[in-house]
Amino acid sequence: MDANPAISFKQICFSYGERPILENASFEINSGEHLCVVGPNGGGKTTLLKLMLGLLKPQSGKISLFGASPIKNRRTVGYVPQHIHFDPLFPICVKEVVLMGCLGNHIGKSFTNEEKTKAEKVIEELGLTEQIHSPFYALSGGQRQRVLIARALIMSPKLLLLDEPTAHVDAQAEAQFREILDRLAKTLTILTVSHDLSFVSAHVKRVLCVNRKVHIHPTEALSGSLVSKLYGQEMRFVQHGHCEGACKHE
Amino acid sequence: MSELLRHILSPEIPFLRNALLAGLLASVPLGMVGTHVILRRISYLAAAIAHCILGGIGLFSLLQVRLNLPWLNPTYGAIISALAAALLISRIQQKHAAREDSLIGAIWVSGMAVGLICFQVTPSYVDPMSYLFGNILLINKQELIITAILGIIVTGCLFRYNKELTGIAFDPEFAELRGLQVHRWNLLLLTLTALTIVIMVSLVGIVLVIALLTLPPALAMHKKTSSRALLVRSTIACAILMTGGTCVSYAIDLPAGPVIIGITGLSYLCSTLRKGY
Repeated sequence: MDANPAISFKQICFSYGERPILENASFEINSGEHLCVVGPNGGGKTTLLKLMLGLLKPQSGKISLFGASPIKNRRTVGYVPQHIHFDPLFPICVKEVVLMGCLGNHIGKSFTNEEKTKAEKVIEELGLTEQIHSPFYALSGGQRQRVLIARALIMSPKLLLLDEPTAHVDAQAEAQFREILDRLAKTLTILTVSHDLSFVSAHVKRVLCVNRKVHIHPTEALSGSLVSKLYGQEMRFVQHGHCEGACKHE
Repeated sequence: MSELLRHILSPEIPFLRNALLAGLLASVPLGMVGTHVILRRISYLAAAIAHCILGGIGLFSLLQVRLNLPWLNPTYGAIISALAAALLISRIQQKHAAREDSLIGAIWVSGMAVGLICFQVTPSYVDPMSYLFGNILLINKQELIITAILGIIVTGCLFRYNKELTGIAFDPEFAELRGLQVHRWNLLLLTLTALTIVIMVSLVGIVLVIALLTLPPALAMHKKTSSRALLVRSTIACAILMTGGTCVSYAIDLPAGPVIIGITGLSYLCSTLRKGY
């Protein structure tokens, strides 16, 4: 386990022009933790991920991943976007998409045999062996999401960032995804952006609440009133016990 | 058909053989660059570069006559203006993304305006139509050599960096995360596009070059294939359309450029309707 925190934000401020998105965000996430990021649309969740990835620079404050800057540590981070905009006729198969995770390793040279073997292994681990040569556009939402997870995992990252991974998948694909995530959480630090509070309560111990300000709460503290305060409107918090089939309403 | 074959083989009619050879030589960079232009959806940028070339051609034509510098070939002006337009567009994409449309539109029309003014004030008569619509049948040996050299440069670069350019076309944000500096790769692609357009101007002209750059790869995409195979299929489609169009135009005695583009456009429309896209 790394001595440095996996993610450290110190007094981070970020705005798009005049519009502030994050104000004095400070928190630390330890190696091996699995946290969820919750908050209303426009609250700064995706911005938070992009700051961690080094795609955006904060106006003030310091961000470090495993003790180094996000740009320096980019290759130790796996990122699964909410969705990607691609041409529906883009000629790329599952294996090629997964191999894109190795882009930048050998510029101007083909993917190595070792990388191709690793891609096949990750594809197998995510249950996509039958689709390995299928065009990416021909896959279902759930299968595409697993391909993007495989692409993020091929470089054996220490930190996995997922942006609303269950937003565009059906119930069956979501269940498969939860299984995969539970398996990955044993070896990786994971941060998942999600609006699905039942998913949050079932899978993580701490929650990162983001709405311009950032606060970390234990999952048990995530009550209807806290969620209402966070989202700025009356919310009904429905907690599903996935194994027992029980429901708790507040 | 047999008469056409006789003309192609006849030593007295070298221009037809030159035209067919030029078409085949140009098909390779055209098919490969066109594939990436389609995958990146930058045909608008390619069109801006193509029209900007007229400015360089016009300026060099004027200087050639006014300064009495016969070696100052307008093709050099085309190369310089195409590369300058590629660089400028790349900077706009990087620094002024919000105003990209209007700024690129300004480059497009400014290049054309400079070219037309220069043609007007050049003492000897220069026909802008020959640059706007080209004529593959008038291509000479020197232009064939330039086409071959530029073709080798463009093809070599695209073969070497196909993996990176495809990755950026598929998901630029992820490619950036993998350490690729996307704006630099965009500049490379725009530079290769600019060089390919220069090759094509003498063959089909500025106005028609965009159709030939984008339609054969779009046609090749109708067959499900991998990204590497698409490069080959696009090149073959280009070669067939260029050769077929040149032969048809010669046989029916109509300008080669419009006939090539007409056949290309019809082939694409028929294939699209047949596939039901």
